[in-house]
Amino acid sequence: MYMFKYVSKRLGLMLLTFSIIFTMCFVLIKLLPIPTTALPGQDQEVVMKTLEGRGWITNIKEGSNGVWSYDRVPIMLQFGNYLSRIFTKGDFGIATTYGEYLNMDLWEVFVNHLPPTILINIYSTLIGVPIGLALGIIAALKKNKWQDQVINIIIILLISFPSIVLALLIQYVFCFKLGWFPLTMSVSNEYFTWPVFRSMLPAVFALCLGSIAGYARYTRAELSEVLTGEFMLLARTKGLTKRQAIYRHAMRNSMVVIFPSILSEFVSVLSGSLIIEKMFGINGVGGLYLNSITFQDYDFFMLLSGFYTLVSLTAGIVIDISYGFIDPRIRMGAK
Amino acid sequence: MENNTRNIPIEKFKFAHRNDLLHDSKFETKPVSYFQGAFKRFSKNKGAVVGGVVIAVLVLFAILAPFFTPFRPAYYDMVYAYVYPKLDVFAENDIPFWDGCKTKSTNKIGYLKDVALAAETGREVIKNNEVEISEDGSVYTYRYDTYYGVGFGKYKTISLQEFQDIQEYQLRTGRQVLYPVVKFSERPTMEKNKYDANIYYEVKNKKKSTLEPKLDDEGNIIPNYWRYEDGKASSTIPEYNSLRIEGEDGIQEDGKTYYYAYGRKVDGGVEVRAEYYEYYTYQHTEVKKDGIAEPSFIFGTTQTGKDIFACLAYGARFSFVFATIVALANFIVGVIWGSISGYCGGKIDLCMERFAEILGSVPSMIVITLLKYHMGATSQTLVLFIAFFATGWIGMAGRTRMQFYRFKNQEYVLAARTLGARDSRIMFKHILPNGLGTIVTSVALVIPSMIYSETSLSYLGIINLEAGDTTSVGTLIAAGQQSIMADAAYVALFPCLFLILLMLSFNLFGNGLRDAFNPSLRGTED
Repeated sequence: MYMFKYVSKRLGLMLLTFSIIFTMCFVLIKLLPIPTTALPGQDQEVVMKTLEGRGWITNIKEGSNGVWSYDRVPIMLQFGNYLSRIFTKGDFGIATTYGEYLNMDLWEVFVNHLPPTILINIYSTLIGVPIGLALGIIAALKKNKWQDQVINIIIILLISFPSIVLALLIQYVFCFKLGWFPLTMSVSNEYFTWPVFRSMLPAVFALCLGSIAGYARYTRAELSEVLTGEFMLLARTKGLTKRQAIYRHAMRNSMVVIFPSILSEFVSVLSGSLIIEKMFGINGVGGLYLNSITFQDYDFFMLLSGFYTLVSLTAGIVIDISYGFIDPRIRMGAK
Repeated sequence: MENNTRNIPIEKFKFAHRNDLLHDSKFETKPVSYFQGAFKRFSKNKGAVVGGVVIAVLVLFAILAPFFTPFRPAYYDMVYAYVYPKLDVFAENDIPFWDGCKTKSTNKIGYLKDVALAAETGREVIKNNEVEISEDGSVYTYRYDTYYGVGFGKYKTISLQEFQDIQEYQLRTGRQVLYPVVKFSERPTMEKNKYDANIYYEVKNKKKSTLEPKLDDEGNIIPNYWRYEDGKASSTIPEYNSLRIEGEDGIQEDGKTYYYAYGRKVDGGVEVRAEYYEYYTYQHTEVKKDGIAEPSFIFGTTQTGKDIFACLAYGARFSFVFATIVALANFIVGVIWGSISGYCGGKIDLCMERFAEILGSVPSMIVITLLKYHMGATSQTLVLFIAFFATGWIGMAGRTRMQFYRFKNQEYVLAARTLGARDSRIMFKHILPNGLGTIVTSVALVIPSMIYSETSLSYLGIINLEAGDTTSVGTLIAAGQQSIMADAAYVALFPCLFLILLMLSFNLFGNGLRDAFNPSLRGTED
């Protein structure tokens, strides 16, 4: 029962935090001048009417000299309009200045850009987690032997090499010099065909190297601490072989700490890495976000900010909550 | 029990120390203070010391390098774009590495063009004139000097005054800048070749896109200079009385004297063929006087002809200064916030924690974007500062708060309070110094991550620090990535190397510092 209470409390707090951030974002965006200039090929009247229809401005009038005048709707009223459209129609607005997607439904554009981001992150997690764990386990079991030292050097190098440099190196060596992969990801929508998959691989490698190092380091630290625990000695004295003791006791205990971080990584695969997406030309959410900043498409920015905030908040509480579920010793929020 | 004592005669009992009182003997060893011990532990850690030294070198580079290079981040020269790194020591001693040359593989026409350029300017366009020809004779491989290989570039239109000035400079220094031009009607016909000043020779077919030089019987290039009879110069040939190319002091032919034309009058001045290496030197030593002598770029140049060394040095300087200032600001605010929050506890702590938590969960990218929208017109550096500061102090506050929770219920704090110390005294005189080691370490660890964030933001183009003498390593890396396609990997090499060294050394240094300030490790090293 206290678990349920704890989870609902955390979820409630998360929602509260999210709505505060979302509101703040909205207000700060709405304090900016409203972009009313028509793009080439756009009718000024249509632009003004669209803005009126979305509930941002009111009382539009065309002056004699072709200059339009309008009144701003109070920000909180705009926020009300915005929310009611989201909740009743699932309508996040349309792209107003982002040339490529002009007048397209934001939600649709957003959903179309999700697959590359998610796929690349899932692949990288699928590759990175097992290798990272394996390296960490080997290093912990062979502590202070040469295997451990080699793995340690690899970890330190991988962690110290900034991901920007690592990605550039991969692109240069594998895509340019050796020509194994295309330089950037292909734009095709058929994600499960070999050419597209191949073009994703460099980005996947660049992403997973960092997480390999992270997991290896984490696992090594956790496991080697558990291995020195007294219950391990007890397990051996009661007659378990070393293998049994490690599998049944040491691994399980160290996983208590490692597993939540894997879970949260699976949540944050959604948001991806802006740097990797830019470097390998991935047509994902990251690129969308960067472009919406450049084009100053505020509705787009609101949607994507909300998304990123939600993902990072969720990843955070997934860690906390899963601790409670996995480890019976941890009773969070219990009196 | 009773029996035993009874059996021992009373005279057997003696005072242990009858005359002298018991004293603790004085320690023979010297006392080791917290910071002394930390220093000792730190210097035992070789990796950390090496890291520290590397950091010092990088910082010195960032501080001193801008003073030793005449180049600025704002400098650019499109003609010298993608010029390879050159160390004068290596170039002069014929070491085939870092000498401004690249290995070039080309066909015969490409090779002949370089030979022609070398013949005209008398420079080693082809390093040591060593050429490797493939077996079927179609591929020529040689070390190509990217500085001399620029040759003449395009025909350049300069003012009549500058034309005179260059002649005066030529006579004074004996360095030849201007070379004979080709008559306009005799130039290749395609637009891109018409103004190519590197084509001074006769070609087989003027209309083709790729021009093949015509060779005489001995296999030499035939120059195609515009010449005029003595005293019968066309009105479009400007007066020229300066250095002439070797062997040309008027050509005697059929009893008449001919001269080469060194310019062509056009609208707005004179069209000349200036060897860019010399013209560059002339421009910088005589006209701009900015301390640049000859073109020589230690780290090469980018796609737009920026000097990588200067950009890296100024970018590094900016990064270090910026990160230090932000870290300091974060440290001050974080420590104050964390002290109050940790010391007071209770409701105040809860409110302050909630506030920090909400602020901390805003993704930093969103903070920066919002700030950029609102203050885009003002300095981007300020945007970056506020953005890093807005979320950066939270971690510091959390760490300070932890330290306060650790120490505030200890006996010595109780003692201080009993003796009547004010709250502020207890906080900053008694508790804070104990936690300072941990907090300072986290400052040291925050600096590289800040530099990295700044670099990646510039790389992503969200923040553009390019203005005047400010630049960022990230901008350079973005330029480097584009250069990969042009097979100029060196552009990315140096900024990447800088970042790697920085991260690696700060990691080692920070880990060493953390262990050093961890008193529980005391004595383990002996």
